[in-house]
Amino acid sequence: MADFKLPANSIVKKGKTFEAPEGATRTRKFEVYRFDSSNEENPSVDTYFVDLDTCGPMILDALIKIKSEIDPTLSFRRSCREGICGSCAMNIDGANTLACTMAIEDVEGDIKIYPLPHQPVVKDLVSDLDNFYKQYEAIEPWMQADKEPAGGRERLQTKEDREKLDGLYECIMCACCSTSCPSYWWNSDKYLGPAALLAAYRWIVDSRDENTEERLKALDDPFKLYRCHTIMNCATVCPKGLNPAKAIAETKKMLVQSNL
Amino acid sequence: MSNSHGGTGHFWVQRLTAIALVPLTIWFCFSLASLPQMSHANLSAWMSSPFNAALMILVIGVGLYHGKLGLQVIAEDYIADRSKRVITIGSITMICVLFGVIGIVSVLKLSFGA
Repeated sequence: MADFKLPANSIVKKGKTFEAPEGATRTRKFEVYRFDSSNEENPSVDTYFVDLDTCGPMILDALIKIKSEIDPTLSFRRSCREGICGSCAMNIDGANTLACTMAIEDVEGDIKIYPLPHQPVVKDLVSDLDNFYKQYEAIEPWMQADKEPAGGRERLQTKEDREKLDGLYECIMCACCSTSCPSYWWNSDKYLGPAALLAAYRWIVDSRDENTEERLKALDDPFKLYRCHTIMNCATVCPKGLNPAKAIAETKKMLVQSNL
Repeated sequence: MSNSHGGTGHFWVQRLTAIALVPLTIWFCFSLASLPQMSHANLSAWMSSPFNAALMILVIGVGLYHGKLGLQVIAEDYIADRSKRVITIGSITMICVLFGVIGIVSVLKLSFGA
């Protein structure tokens, strides 16, 4: 059965508190999840008081400040700091988002920062996304076409066909959607999850791809696709404003039409 | 549906039965509410109409089939162990078939005035 209670070694304990520097007048309290998979200790939540007068405006700025100036043991992923790479996806104020595009002032009260939910944690805010990437690989996210393009040049597409890819190709694979989905929490070993299914649909509707039927057939499975119950958390949290639930619904519709 | 094990068949039939249940449920509720009294004689008289008996059999059959499909989804969602899941879904199917047969035989008995 699905586990509804945390195992004893996963219960989160209170951690250390790092006070604000003397003289700081504008501070915010950050509660950050800490865990190290290389030792046996339970996870904890450390508290950091950050001086906003010497910190950038985004959550990622605060995390970088904490790591640089307060506690160098804190681990998190980050790279582009502008919502393109998807590295700094984490759970902030109860919802998955990118730390680099989430402003500190947009969070009310204490700022609680946890890793992406229901994934194995490597350290602190770094979760193990191996399974997530394998699922993306499983949908074969590349163009499959046997026919040579006309004139031996690039494969052309009408403007209308190209527009079908809008809202699909922009996915940055940050995993915010999949890890916010309860169906994915319970069945991530079998259910592909919203991110992989959005990517699958992106290739299904690509006019240049010739394996539409095979791609659809590969998804016709009670677990791979049909665990989606249109809960819509994916669309709510997507930091790029995409709607994986709609792509999944369209895939189901295409499957019904091709099976009728 | 060519592939009932693929998931698409289940998905489609669940929606078809849901749509069918909208008018059937409305008819069922209004019909029962319009009976002067819920006595055996009244129900027997009401079911003696082939139209009422046929629709009642549909309510039972479609309702239980839809319920079975829904319960199967819950079992697939929450029971990770494959053998436990198969046993649970098998039990759900058998219970629904049993209730269906009992319901349909009861309707026929009432309909034929037993």
